[in-house]
Amino acid sequence: MTQSVQTHSDPDLRPAGLRGVAADFGSDQRAFKTASWGKAMMWVFLLSDTFIFGCFLLAYMTARISTPVAWPNPSEVFALHIGGQDVPLILIAIMTFVLISSSGTMAMAVNFGYRRERGKTAALMLLTALLGAAFVGMQAFEWTKLISEGVRPWENPWGAAQFGSAFFMITGFHGTHVTIGVIFLLVVARKVWRGDFETGRRGFFTSRKGRYEAVEIMGLYWHFVDLVWVFIFAFFYLW
Amino acid sequence: MARSETTAQTPSGQHHPIRLYLVVWGLLFVLSAFSYMVDYLGIQGYLRWSLILLFMMLKAGLIVAVFMHMAWERLALVYAILLPPLLVLIFVALMVSESNYTILTRLAFFGAAP
Repeated sequence: MTQSVQTHSDPDLRPAGLRGVAADFGSDQRAFKTASWGKAMMWVFLLSDTFIFGCFLLAYMTARISTPVAWPNPSEVFALHIGGQDVPLILIAIMTFVLISSSGTMAMAVNFGYRRERGKTAALMLLTALLGAAFVGMQAFEWTKLISEGVRPWENPWGAAQFGSAFFMITGFHGTHVTIGVIFLLVVARKVWRGDFETGRRGFFTSRKGRYEAVEIMGLYWHFVDLVWVFIFAFFYLW
Repeated sequence: MARSETTAQTPSGQHHPIRLYLVVWGLLFVLSAFSYMVDYLGIQGYLRWSLILLFMMLKAGLIVAVFMHMAWERLALVYAILLPPLLVLIFVALMVSESNYTILTRLAFFGAAP
């Protein structure tokens, strides 16, 4: 596969910088010379996902700016009562650290995948899945707490009614992404563990021998989930 | 740049030292802690927003550039993926302007907040 890419167009022979971009797009060949179709298409999917999350955050921003009713203070709403005092945003902070750690283990899994160290790759992916599941678990706890306090998509005890709909929509859609990611991780980890990428065993994402790029493509999705959380953390919880 | 791009992008994929990932992991932890401290210390006003946005952009940049290997991808892919989301900023500006007008009319016709 990579052979054909090399013979079609040696990237070294192409100009660098903007000239290279123009040459790549105007070459009447595939534009993303060094990225395989699988990788390029995952990026295109993530770009579309960026727009969806972007629209959700934009809608939330619009609702929040345009309402004359006071917006609930996230710092207090998401505080936990620990040791006799309210610690602001503590659960959200822990969730953030858990998700970042899962991104760290995923990046290392991709690295070991390319080194063909199957055991380490599968173990790191399982650890990533575990951290992801922990994140979703904490989110379920957070939702349960807020629902028991009376937060609904149409009302809440502290102020602007739109708070609930924005919260459930944004964190819910992100949580769904994490859940799908955990399943995706388990599927690919099993393939790595069983050696599907060595034997070229046929199946979803495993059609070619030695193609550990599948782990990187899976990793792109996982890092994106972490990336979206960076923006949700800033715009929803810190604003 | 073009030279280092092609050497990092060997046919078998992205090869980078593990140490690099550990350093970025640590940086993300520190930056998240800083973001959290902004809220914990109760910093307000423009300082709060410049700090939050700064830490956010640094974190997002590290994740995309290193964890997602964007720093080593070909420029054609980098532009194709990173430029469109940037244009969303225009959408943001439009909606801020729209929301300010909406709240202005709401306050003018329905009076101050209850």
